[in-house]
Amino acid sequence: MPRRNDISTILIIGSGPIIIGQACEFDYSGAQACKVLREDGYRVVLVNSNPATIMTDPEYADRTYVEPITVEVVERVIAIERPDALLPTLGGQTGLNCAVALAEAGVLEKYGVELIGATLEVIKKGEDRKLFAQAMERIGLETPNSTYAYAVADAEAFVAEVGWPVVIRPSFTLGGAGGGIAYNIDELRQITASGIALSPVGEVLVEESVLGWKEYEMEVMRDRNDNCVIVCSIENVDPMGIHTGDSITVAPAMTLTDREYQVLRDASFAIMREIGVETGGSNVQFAVNPHDGRVVVIEMNPRVSRSSALASKATGFPIAKIAAKLATGYTLDEIPNDITRVTPAAFEPSIDYTVVKVPRWAFEKFPGTDTTLTTRMKSVGEVMAMGRTFAEAFGKAWRSLENGRGGLGADGRDTFDETHFDERLAIPNEHRMFYLMEALRRGRSTEELHDITAIDPWFLAQLQAVVKVEGSIRGRDLSSLTKAELLECKRRGLSDAQIAHLTGALESEARARRLDLGVTATFKAVDTCGGEFAANTPYYYKTYEDENEAERSDRKKVMILGAGPNRIGQGIEFDYCCVHAAYALAEAGYETIMVNCNPETVSTDYDTSDKLYFEPLTFEDVMDIVDLEQPDGVLVTFGGQTPLKLARALEDAGVPILGTSPETIDLAEDRKRFAEVLDRLGIAYPAAGTARTLDEAIEVASRIGYPLLVRPSYVLGGRGMVIAYDEAYLLRYAQQAAEVSPDHPVLLDRFLEGAIEVDVDAVCDGESVYIGGVMEHIEEAGIHSGDSACCIPPFSLGEETIATVRAHARALALELGVRGLMNVQFAVKDERVYVLEVNPRASRTVPFVSKATGVSLAKVAARVMAGEKLADMGLPSEERELGRYCVKEAVMPFGRFPGADSVLGPEMRSTGEVMGVAGDFPSAYAKSQLAIDYSLPTSGTAFISVCDRDKRGVVPVARYLQGLGFRIMSTRGTARLLKASGIPVDEVRKVHEGRPNIVDSIVNGEVQLVINTPFGRETRSDGYHIRTAAVQHGVSNITTLAAALASVQAIEVIKHGSLDARALQDFERSE
Amino acid sequence: MTDTPGGVPERALLVFEDGTAFEGRSCGVRGERWGEIVFNTSLGGYQEVMTDPSYAGQIVTFTAPHIGNYGTNAADMESRGVFAAGFVMREMSETVSNWRSEESLRAFFERHHVVAIDGVDTRRLTRHVRERGAMRAVLSTLDLDPASLAAKAAAAPGLVGRDLVSEVAVSAPYVWGVDGPCEGGVPVDTGVLPMRPRHRVVAFDSGIKFNILRNLAEAGCEVIVVPPTTSVEEALAHEPDGVFFANGPGDPAAVPYLYETLRGLLGVRPVFGICLGHQMLSLALGCSTYKLKYGHRGGNQPVMNLLTGKVEVTSQNHGFCVDYASIGPLVPEASGGHGFDPGDCAAWVRAGAAPVVRSELFGLVQLTHVNLNDMTVEGLRTLELSAFSVQYHPEAAPGPHDARYLFEAFARLMDGDDDLYAIKDGE
Repeated sequence: MPRRNDISTILIIGSGPIIIGQACEFDYSGAQACKVLREDGYRVVLVNSNPATIMTDPEYADRTYVEPITVEVVERVIAIERPDALLPTLGGQTGLNCAVALAEAGVLEKYGVELIGATLEVIKKGEDRKLFAQAMERIGLETPNSTYAYAVADAEAFVAEVGWPVVIRPSFTLGGAGGGIAYNIDELRQITASGIALSPVGEVLVEESVLGWKEYEMEVMRDRNDNCVIVCSIENVDPMGIHTGDSITVAPAMTLTDREYQVLRDASFAIMREIGVETGGSNVQFAVNPHDGRVVVIEMNPRVSRSSALASKATGFPIAKIAAKLATGYTLDEIPNDITRVTPAAFEPSIDYTVVKVPRWAFEKFPGTDTTLTTRMKSVGEVMAMGRTFAEAFGKAWRSLENGRGGLGADGRDTFDETHFDERLAIPNEHRMFYLMEALRRGRSTEELHDITAIDPWFLAQLQAVVKVEGSIRGRDLSSLTKAELLECKRRGLSDAQIAHLTGALESEARARRLDLGVTATFKAVDTCGGEFAANTPYYYKTYEDENEAERSDRKKVMILGAGPNRIGQGIEFDYCCVHAAYALAEAGYETIMVNCNPETVSTDYDTSDKLYFEPLTFEDVMDIVDLEQPDGVLVTFGGQTPLKLARALEDAGVPILGTSPETIDLAEDRKRFAEVLDRLGIAYPAAGTARTLDEAIEVASRIGYPLLVRPSYVLGGRGMVIAYDEAYLLRYAQQAAEVSPDHPVLLDRFLEGAIEVDVDAVCDGESVYIGGVMEHIEEAGIHSGDSACCIPPFSLGEETIATVRAHARALALELGVRGLMNVQFAVKDERVYVLEVNPRASRTVPFVSKATGVSLAKVAARVMAGEKLADMGLPSEERELGRYCVKEAVMPFGRFPGADSVLGPEMRSTGEVMGVAGDFPSAYAKSQLAIDYSLPTSGTAFISVCDRDKRGVVPVARYLQGLGFRIMSTRGTARLLKASGIPVDEVRKVHEGRPNIVDSIVNGEVQLVINTPFGRETRSDGYHIRTAAVQHGVSNITTLAAALASVQAIEVIKHGSLDARALQDFERSE
Repeated sequence: MTDTPGGVPERALLVFEDGTAFEGRSCGVRGERWGEIVFNTSLGGYQEVMTDPSYAGQIVTFTAPHIGNYGTNAADMESRGVFAAGFVMREMSETVSNWRSEESLRAFFERHHVVAIDGVDTRRLTRHVRERGAMRAVLSTLDLDPASLAAKAAAAPGLVGRDLVSEVAVSAPYVWGVDGPCEGGVPVDTGVLPMRPRHRVVAFDSGIKFNILRNLAEAGCEVIVVPPTTSVEEALAHEPDGVFFANGPGDPAAVPYLYETLRGLLGVRPVFGICLGHQMLSLALGCSTYKLKYGHRGGNQPVMNLLTGKVEVTSQNHGFCVDYASIGPLVPEASGGHGFDPGDCAAWVRAGAAPVVRSELFGLVQLTHVNLNDMTVEGLRTLELSAFSVQYHPEAAPGPHDARYLFEAFARLMDGDDDLYAIKDGE
């Protein structure tokens, strides 16, 4: 069936900010869909609040609304754009939920918008566990024995029937939020209660446990002609009990006979048909009893998902792209397979390699939270690795994680908790695989380990084979290793770093030895067909085989190193930059070669660059590609810290680094040398010092004065950074947390309390500097820039200050010799501008600045690196009036990490960001808050409790709130102050003052807004309890005075209902 | 790893007639075998592939890198043994993990005297065969001299013109589910046998896969499996409601006795053919066959049913193909009014129409199925004589179940209903 001509405008809803459970895979799928629909002549209207996405680049849609994904806003967009159809299946759970809400609110009917890809009925059947279970029963498929609970008593009654443990899944929450496994009555009560609270319909499913069963996923596609295909089967290495997003998985399925596999395949199609997914992709999850093969259906998602992105990258079959085509009328046989070009998409990919996905967690950022892996997803990113065999792919995956490890242990960095060794094996946690490998090294049997972990014996045997190879070279001299032995090491996935550790050599020596012996990498193509047809798409992975398929062209070429797995501090923003670099360099006539290992990204779409190498970003793996491709330049400054860390080593190996030199990067990072640069330029910076002992710390502190920003010298990204207000705290921190020693010095900076922080992103070509944007932070200095909200243009800075900021940025760029992007962080205190740090690379804010100003800084920078001059690019004046305010706000994952403190600090913990755009700052800020679902209350009671530092500043905030009709509640100190200012206040007890207290009020729903600013590090104090209760009960929770001020203005705007919706394309026209 | 008990893996060498050599580890018995080198892209189902008699005379390469993970079991046998000349793998698993497993692949190889090699860059091999076409090869653990093996490969007989059917077929009739095929006994899994069979089918064994028999049984048939040399009269003496022609190895043109028997049954009893059986029907209708460059072997081949417009993902294993246009001239008025070359499958797929040609002797013959990858013929039927056939494997094993409706269609044909594809899969 051909293209539908009865529709012309299609609305796509994106997935909003990056959060746990919903990352950039939906930018990948949405961008693909936008592209393919536009190519086919449809007019595409897009709503997505996330400015760091490729899909919100103005050229991806005809009309792009970077607006909150709420029913009100999307209705406004529908009223303006009048789309014929809404494609709801590409924007993750957020997009789907919004589509459902629009349908149920009658908006779609009112404007005559057709849901394509999945109807309301289908979405409900797929998402509502009750309807789903009924549907499965109708087609004779089993689901785990279960019941619905609306109160804790329901769950207790069910347990009395089926016994322990049980799985609790709240209805309609994302990524299993609020779910868990209960082994006892306390856990049952706690998880059930919080699940019911989190579920929008106040309902949880309590389910028979299938813990330890084998877990499989099938990625299914169906077209309107009822043609169905399985794109990929995925087997979880971790058995049932761990959320699939937190599971290590492998594709294709490894331990099923064809008969068993076909049972799952038939069931998947039956489910598609019964649920009624007419077109598009779905993900179906099964559990299989390892003892008798009994199959139960766990769930299905009638939309593209994280797994479908993985399946697309794993097979070369672009699910989202095809789903978009199917939704607009095509059938699978009418769509060509992009990779072979001669065969149709109506087939099932065959792969002749093995794919492993490993999640990336970030528990170190959330001390105090439970790190056990359960049915509730906690990982912040993932890596995918390909190898011919499982062991090879597995080894690669573990060295792709950017966690400082050379692989899965045997890298000289193994440490084990001996007292709890078996507990670490038995209870799933992020380190379990390391313990498993170590247990094998210690000679424990696969049978015993299977009993402890329930991991399939086949996987254990594969790991045992790796351990055996490790053992065969451990303690031997590198020079004694033969070619066959080294080849075996590489084929079992050992890294050069691991071989070096095992043989007591340097990594460089291990590499040299292996190359001397002719153990060189070969590259194989991902071709969807197991080699049956010639592939036209150069998408490669590395292995150690006879034949290499990747051929070097004679074009001028640039290699772009990607950003690796998403993690806190390094997310989609850097992928965005890499993709733009690829586009810009392709336009400049280069062959572009992308290297990355994150399957969620647009950069690892085989369409993005001329060539794609799906490989870890380690020195070894990058050099193997460099050796083959001999690029004219390697781009290391776009992918964040990951490639930057390799810059020096690559340069030392003779690899041409494009743009800013590693020397400049070092210069900016070396505090002493950088201070000299600032002195030379006459630019102010906070006083600083380094301490190697406690005495030194005291000495430096007394010289600089408190408060101090303190951090260990050997970590980046604000990791372990604190603000010390007094000596006692400084000493405790230096001793316990940072373990100060001559090997581990501690860095101390004067903390400019109350200063306004300003960020600048700029591009320098060596002759001139283009300031892309000056961002004024809402939160004061001291909050990590990644966690603070900021605004373009500055909303409160004076013109003189802005001019100084610009002048400093220019001077620094030229003095440091930057060629490409640069980010400078400033603090403005008492009209004086201090430089906090300079990063001569792409920053997290580049996409935001680009969206806000309409100038793609990443592209500009890539062109500079390719030799163009800024003066020749016709860039708009950097000081032009934008005529709008753009606010970026960070999205925090505290809801996922109960127990972790939600107070913001110098260590970054946000997972993503949104943008709000409006004609004035309060409206833009309001939009940014709405976009995060912080749902600012417009009435009710505001609880205000601030530290002494903020006492004065909070009075106007309280008065504002009072004016807006809020009741004010405070604890004694703040109450006294507010009363003194004539503001009526209800006084409430602090936690330690007895009960009922403020936490009770929050729990009882008597408080709608919390403004609580902390002083120093008061862990487990009142503030901690208040904030934690607020997070748990979904009460808006503001922890800085600046944010409180912005919020009250935003509340006013929301109350007046004066928010508009603006398309990015109109901004461009206005300029 | 395939360490032998001594700890040192025994070497094996695979050499093509053009001298291309692959070194690896021996993972079956010691020995030397020659055959045509082919590759199969199925992701699972290695045991079914290994026991498919159609692979007689061939050395089968698995493109899936991990083979043997779930062991082997008696229920998944597709015939009474292994008929292929040998197997080539990237990595054979010594560890077996599946609740149905009864024996490791290594033990299975030993019991069936199979020569096999792993540790091979099977993708390089596949690409070579794809580019150069199917060729002869020798797999040896005894002679490890590439030049010597290349010479042996070049001297080995090819598949064209060879009757391999007689090597794999039974020599005496048996009733499925009641007797065993020859010395094999009744197979462990016979499928669901009908309590009261609706039809009796005589199935000519040219290397028939057990899952065809299971599917026929599940479609309500009592099946009498007969040797390929059974005459028309002998077949009819069983008083069948229909006759079935099975898959089998080698060159279809080399078994004239089989398609001549089929010709004798055309119009006498309903006929259904699969794979070699499809080629037998085609040859009986006067059509010619030709050898594909490297064949179709795998579980992901898209086939369009021209009568329903639906796509089936199919299991395939064939090196020869039918030249539909050689049957006779197009009958445009029966072909949706289109006048394309009857052999131009792509044109018929695009038009969504099934061409009909006229055979001098047998009347109208319709093209029913086309492979969408290379637009070759995958199925046809006679419009006047109650016969139909497909080139692919609706019985799957291994592979997708999308085309199982054909067994029902055969049952209905025996009931006198020749609206073959009225019932679609999944309904």
